[in-house]
Amino acid sequence: MERSGAQILMQILKDEGVDTIFGYPGGAVIDIYDALAKTDIRHILVRHEQGAVHAADGYARASQKVGVCLVTSGPGATNTVTGIASAYMDSIPLVVFTGQVPRPLIGNDAFQEVDIVGITRPCTKHNYLVGNIEDLPRIIKEAFHIARSGRPGPVLVDIPKDVGNNYMDFKRAPKKIHLRSYNPTYKPNIKQLKKVKDLIKKAQRPVILAGGGVILSNGSKELTAFARRTKIPVTSTLMGLGAFPGSDPLWLGMIGMHGTYRANMSTGGCDLLIAIGVRFDDRVTGKTDAFAAQADIVHIDIDPTSIRKNIQVAVPVVGDCRVALENLNSLLDKDDLPDLEDNRKEWLNLIAKWKSTNPLAYEQKDSIKPQYVIDKLFEITKGQAIITTEVGQNQMWAAQYYHFDHPNHFITSGGLGCMGFGLPAAIGAQIACPDKLVVDVAGDGSLQMNIQEMATAVQYGLPVKVVLLNNCYLGMVRQWQELFYDKRYSATHMEHAPDFVKLADAFGALGLRASKPEEVETVLSEGLSSPQTAIMEFLVEQTECVYPMVPAGSPITEMLLV
Amino acid sequence: MDQTRHVLTMLVDNQPGVLARVVGLFGARGYNIESLCVAETIDSQVSRITIVTRATEAGMEQIVKQLRKLINVIKLRDLTGSKAVQREMALICVRAKPEYRAEVLRIVDIFRCKVVDVGLEHYIVEVTGDAAKLSALIKLLMPMGIKKIARTGTIALFREPK
Repeated sequence: MERSGAQILMQILKDEGVDTIFGYPGGAVIDIYDALAKTDIRHILVRHEQGAVHAADGYARASQKVGVCLVTSGPGATNTVTGIASAYMDSIPLVVFTGQVPRPLIGNDAFQEVDIVGITRPCTKHNYLVGNIEDLPRIIKEAFHIARSGRPGPVLVDIPKDVGNNYMDFKRAPKKIHLRSYNPTYKPNIKQLKKVKDLIKKAQRPVILAGGGVILSNGSKELTAFARRTKIPVTSTLMGLGAFPGSDPLWLGMIGMHGTYRANMSTGGCDLLIAIGVRFDDRVTGKTDAFAAQADIVHIDIDPTSIRKNIQVAVPVVGDCRVALENLNSLLDKDDLPDLEDNRKEWLNLIAKWKSTNPLAYEQKDSIKPQYVIDKLFEITKGQAIITTEVGQNQMWAAQYYHFDHPNHFITSGGLGCMGFGLPAAIGAQIACPDKLVVDVAGDGSLQMNIQEMATAVQYGLPVKVVLLNNCYLGMVRQWQELFYDKRYSATHMEHAPDFVKLADAFGALGLRASKPEEVETVLSEGLSSPQTAIMEFLVEQTECVYPMVPAGSPITEMLLV
Repeated sequence: MDQTRHVLTMLVDNQPGVLARVVGLFGARGYNIESLCVAETIDSQVSRITIVTRATEAGMEQIVKQLRKLINVIKLRDLTGSKAVQREMALICVRAKPEYRAEVLRIVDIFRCKVVDVGLEHYIVEVTGDAAKLSALIKLLMPMGIKKIARTGTIALFREPK
């Protein structure tokens, strides 16, 4: 049957199980939008293409499906770049379709032409310019395959207008994808895993460091079983929060620049570090030479480039985190472990001491402490909400004070650290999980970066909640200036901001404000229980800093405490 | 840490943009390229890229892994230290005033290269060999005056078992 490129695209999207697209139309994709209108695929019209990509990102994380975006050429395409870069850094599976000018015009500096394939080459897992309609089915199939397999990531497909509106004889897309140069290793080498097992038997002071890879590979259950069985305490990176239950006695809290005292100290003092699905970002390791300096490091990751990139390891294991943990668990089943209860006693006691002497702490006095807001948010939602964050202090407080018992409940721009992420990501997560409470923990700086997406949330009746910690500062930069730049607050004071309550109202959402500590609970209760999209603004202590803090480049055991 | 010279050879999809991916990766990650050669193989779908780079041992491990991660890189091999044939070609335009002409020809003869273009005041010399041979020739021709030079960069192939 003769089908247009746009119709073929729709059919393959259906084959791939896509039921939601985040996008924004324009001239180069008008044929695709015309074909879209004839399907039952839900289209979410965002207010800015960056919002579309973040929303698809939030959707992908909450649903564990591939997020899909559709935008036009030129500015539509360039506006997606930040979102794509964020998804790339956090290994989130996305397929982004961009329109392109008709093929005869490519390279002519045509209206709304941009070389988006060239621009996104370094921040996509792979990308394509569709040169012929005959290649379109294969390319779309490959794009989804590449996005979701191995270490996931965003794939961009650039479709010239005259590919979308040309016709070809088409029945169905190829079922099997064969890429001779792309075969991710899922099954780890069992010899390596036996070495890991032997190290576990020997270790006196072991620690597990879990990362986003555990969540992406769906390995939380296996990780929890592994840690409980071996009685090894667990810390995680920002991206790994939720991979291990935050209420478990073995939980150490987050590691790194704003990690807990006990997580950083136990990493510094451990004799075995089992790192699973992490990439040893500088915010995690601090000074690399001093990182886990007494430990044999085991590193399990599906991406060989992550291994030995920043940290030398004793036992590298390339493979899927969940499969590796499954295999490790069954190796342990077949073995006699020494008396772990006795063995770990001293180590776990020391950790307990670190926890009691240097807990995460703040004193709630006259003005609202941002930590207190998150504490209360955790309490009221019983830890069951999906939390998205913006970037900066709000993100760190959310990570420290909201405790995650489940994976895929903490959605944040970890690698790129992209302000403006939280609100659109919350929209995506809410669409993926309509019955869940979805809360964006925001700062006044970040929220204003993609505030236009409030209109999207209201248009689609999405009851996302924004918990706005308003300190009238770009707080994290202000904190660095206070601590390391002699309090020269260069360009970090947001002296003027909109009235967020009125702004929420203008968007057709609910706006609430708390300016005193005693109002916090009421505002949270009212806002969270409302069926509406809501902004809850908390006028927080303006100069509050995030502690503990490891100055950039220092060993993570050298923390500034409260 | 000491940097050493490495010769990387890879088979890649012969498609637009693939070279940009490879070169872009070197640029973005701060790896250096000493020379670069690329051309189609007997399979018109596949090209061979040869890159000479300098890196520490750890740096090299990353370069190799990062290149292998590119979807369009089919096969990659570090030929350093292995038995490989390495060749480079150069065209050297050397000043050849009458009093030097015989000397240039003698050098050309010794190096078993050839003169491919002659003018009143120049020769263009074509030479093929490994990097050491080329530098030796250039050193000897330098006093005559080298007007222009074009080098291909190294290409290399692993020696099959005899």
